[in-house]
Amino acid sequence: MPNMLAVCINGKECEVEFGTTILEAARKMNIHIPTLCYHDDLCLSGICRICLVEVDGEKTLQAACSAPITRPLHIRTHTEKVRKARRNILELMLSNHYGECYTCFRNQNCELQKLAKEYGVDSLRFGHVELPRHTKDTSSRSIIRDMDKCILCRRCVRTCHDFQGVGALEAAFRGIDTEIQTFLDHPLGDAVCINCGQCINRCPTGALRERDRSDEVWNAIDDPQKIVVMQTAPAPRASIGEEFGLPPGTSITRKLNTALKMVGFDYVFDTNFAADLTIMEEGTELLTRLKDFIVDKKPVSLPMITSCSPGWVKYCEHYYPDYLPHLSTCKSPQQMFGSLIKTYFAQKIKVDPKNIMVVSLMPCVAKKYESDRPEMSASGFKDVDYALTSRELAQMIKETGIRVTDLEDSDFDSPLGLGSGAGLIFGATGGVMEAAIRTVYEIITGEEVPFENLNVIPVRGMDGIKEAEISFQKTKEDWKFLEGKTLRVAIAHGTANAKKIMDKVASGEAQWHFIEIMACPGGCLGGGGQPIPTNENIRKARAKAIYDEDSHLNIRKSHSNPQIQMLYNEFLDHPNSKKAHKLLHTTYTRRGKI
Amino acid sequence: MAGKRKQILFSALEPGLGLKKALEHTQTEIIDIIKLSRLRGRGGAGFPTGLKWDLAYSAKAPKKFIVCNADEGEPGTFKDRILLNEHAKKIFEGMAIAGYAVGSQEGIIYLRAEYRYLRPVLVQAIDELRKAHLLGKKILGSDFQFDIDIHLGAGAYVCGEETALIESLEGKRGEARNKPPYPTESGYMGYPTVVNNVETFCYVPYILIEGAAWFQKFGTFESTGSKLFSISGDVKKPGVYELEMGTTVRQVLNLVEASDTKAVQVGGASGICVAEKDFDKPLAFESLPPGGSIIVFNRSRDMLNVLKNFMEFFVEESCGQCTPCREGTFRLLEGVKLMEQGQCSIHYLRVLRELAETMKISSKCGLGQMAPNPFLSIIDNFKGEILARDRVTDSIPL
Ligand SMILES: Cc1cc2nc3c(=O)[nH]c(=O)nc-3n(C[C@H](O)[C@H](O)[C@H](O)COP(=O)(O)O)c2cc1C
Ligand code: SF4
Ligand code: SF4
Ligand code: SF4
Ligand code: SF4
Ligand code: FES
Repeated sequence: MPNMLAVCINGKECEVEFGTTILEAARKMNIHIPTLCYHDDLCLSGICRICLVEVDGEKTLQAACSAPITRPLHIRTHTEKVRKARRNILELMLSNHYGECYTCFRNQNCELQKLAKEYGVDSLRFGHVELPRHTKDTSSRSIIRDMDKCILCRRCVRTCHDFQGVGALEAAFRGIDTEIQTFLDHPLGDAVCINCGQCINRCPTGALRERDRSDEVWNAIDDPQKIVVMQTAPAPRASIGEEFGLPPGTSITRKLNTALKMVGFDYVFDTNFAADLTIMEEGTELLTRLKDFIVDKKPVSLPMITSCSPGWVKYCEHYYPDYLPHLSTCKSPQQMFGSLIKTYFAQKIKVDPKNIMVVSLMPCVAKKYESDRPEMSASGFKDVDYALTSRELAQMIKETGIRVTDLEDSDFDSPLGLGSGAGLIFGATGGVMEAAIRTVYEIITGEEVPFENLNVIPVRGMDGIKEAEISFQKTKEDWKFLEGKTLRVAIAHGTANAKKIMDKVASGEAQWHFIEIMACPGGCLGGGGQPIPTNENIRKARAKAIYDEDSHLNIRKSHSNPQIQMLYNEFLDHPNSKKAHKLLHTTYTRRGKI
Repeated sequence: MAGKRKQILFSALEPGLGLKKALEHTQTEIIDIIKLSRLRGRGGAGFPTGLKWDLAYSAKAPKKFIVCNADEGEPGTFKDRILLNEHAKKIFEGMAIAGYAVGSQEGIIYLRAEYRYLRPVLVQAIDELRKAHLLGKKILGSDFQFDIDIHLGAGAYVCGEETALIESLEGKRGEARNKPPYPTESGYMGYPTVVNNVETFCYVPYILIEGAAWFQKFGTFESTGSKLFSISGDVKKPGVYELEMGTTVRQVLNLVEASDTKAVQVGGASGICVAEKDFDKPLAFESLPPGGSIIVFNRSRDMLNVLKNFMEFFVEESCGQCTPCREGTFRLLEGVKLMEQGQCSIHYLRVLRELAETMKISSKCGLGQMAPNPFLSIIDNFKGEILARDRVTDSIPL
């Protein structure tokens, strides 16, 4: 029995465990205390001081978010002292904040704005900032920093440092001069930033956002010469509803198809198709590496590590450049898809690829950087012209007045519109691994994976690092060298966890064969381009939506996708063919740590 | 009339005797002696030293640390410097006794960066103590071991705040942590840590030699012993004085031959500014918290200017973490400047007063909680002078 303490908040009594914070206790009792520097995902900081409450016996007000309860307490959350302090603190913040709500992308989804309204700020007694004092940092392909709107809550700093293990952002200078800066104040585009966008998702204000490409996409749609092709990734479909007021975990895939057509996209395809293709290519690559290693005793880079998360790829380029040969050479599904549109599909519809624009709907802001990488144009054309986040696309749809939630369902277009359940679960951490196992196991043994309903449970869930093993019996003729062998796999999400895995790989402590790494917590469904806010419950709800959808699909294994089979027959010959290598694989760049 | 001058720290002490006495006691006996002496920390807050040690003693951990706070950053304060320079062995002996009492083998002295020139003096004192078996392994032939490292500070005032000091020791940006947990529970590297001021440690060997009852005889009931003060400003005889706790402001002024005094800032920039009406109050934790310094201003001084200097100091020294201090110090200074220019309305002065009250109760650490002290005490105690400038107008601010 843990040590329980009696707590009384605003006259309501409750028992809490020793060490519970005042905020946690209040939430348990359904008493709302405002917060700002606090975020469910992050370590405590206690710096904004908006969550102050009055505790009997304490001379000063206590920050509820970070004050642990270690004795029985009487707490009051809205005394005159507290109200005055909150007002003062909010006005102080606003007095040093430059921004106009109606031009701000966080308008109506801004924690600062909301607090100002809820806590009755009706004047700015300490004045306000009349002119911008910072130039926007637009150097990054993915992220725009507008420090005029920053209120120094440091959620981005903690996200980047603790959650992502990157540390691109830090507090510089002191006192009133304090600023959030990159190392040596380099432009973000030149800093060690992996473009994951997790900082955006946790910023309470409009100080951080993605580079908005919706105007360019509108221009393409408006241009009668251009065929504009949209591909939608699985994770945004399970989340974009949140932008339209639906609860987290409501998948609106087929309504979205209808909306996208109404917006003006000529074709709407499914990135899951390319995810299936990735499994074919990456699975084959893995088996080849294993064969080279076991049979031919060639020096190969094992474990092989997934490469579909561009944030992770850049992390690896900066922090583990010696391990780049371990990355699968496969492009991400987004890029594979774009490459095929500009070649295979262009030939099919007999249109000059220069008149085709590929736009993707992604959960991710690193996808913007990825699509702009110079090596991503093997066909002679840029694979993907514009990668939009869930937030940008939601904004575009809002601009049309279309009520997505009221629309009829419609299917994806052919022939790149069919994705298996395996492709779908790419959106969740462990999904690529599960999809790969479903296919690889069957290639090797001729049988389905020995898990009920194909659900490879050990690789699912929100643990930061997951491990699993699967052994091969009754292997087919070509794969006898794997008979009785055990495939050891690991999965990490959030680059802070990736670091832990990589350090084990580097020290030789762990003997994995295949590792899935996603830069974002929860995998793509927790991506930096997803609707704000985010927390573990929201991410779990999105994951559930994705796994539910998978379990209801007829085709749940990548290699069983008939359109994939057709693609190999008509165009690519076989996985890892020469043509496949040219169009679907890529190379990486060693980068420094500064 | 001279102030009551009672010498403790400035009286001779046989090196090692206090430690020897300590080793004759059990750990809890020492803690009880310190508690009984009612020694309170000399770093500013006046926390009971025996209680602090008891908390660290009771914390279960494989390692504990004793940290001596020698960051002395309060403007006008240089009493610790004198102790470091001339009485280093007393400090180290006090630290060793603390180590024995709480069960720690490692001491760290966090030395203000500007005092780096004192390092050789400290190193030499440590060496000599080691040679005399008063530091190191098998201290005085017992099984107790304790040694001391010197760590140079990071050069910011806030690093004197104990949790910011610990952050700085760990190589991070010197910023205050959330409390609780207090350092006695989780301090340096997460281990229980006693942080005491230089001066606090110095009293310890005396108390062990002479006894708690002897120490209690000095000072007031709530503030026992004596205290060092750096006295500066409009006085004939500035310097560091050891005075009994409870000495009044007026006695101090007489002692240092101040004349025509208008105001006295007690406790450095974070302290309060008292006017003539309070000169008979005693310097003691229960009345005028004594801090380490006393700055005297005579009638020729412009109190608004005095205030401006203090507020500039805080704007400069705020670590910038928490909103009330980061933004509030800036707004208070801005307000003072408005007053200087006659642009501050009575209404806005009230707004600033309320802000100052908010900062006191809402800032994360002592710096922001005390930064409004000079503002409030000067505005309140010298209201007449400030309003009479006829530059405080009723025009709308900003
Ligand atoms: C802004 C600030 C600066 C401080 N600077 C010092 C200092 O320079 N030296 C010191 O001993 N204590 C300083 N303190 C007090 C310490 O936090 C701590 O209370 C003290 O070191 C504890 O020792 P004591 O119990 O012996 O007084 C400071 C506190 C604050 C809030
Ligand atoms: S950050 Fe928030 S408060 Fe500031 S302009 Fe944007 S919406 Fe308004
Ligand atoms: S995008 Fe990711 S890596 Fe870059 S600053 Fe934000 S959190 Fe850090
Ligand atoms: S950029 Fe956003 S998250 Fe970072 S400190 Fe500023 S307001 Fe907070
Ligand atoms: S009160 Fe001032 S010095 Fe202390 S944490 Fe807040 S900003 Fe930093
Ligand atoms: S939410 Fe508690 S201090 Fe910021």
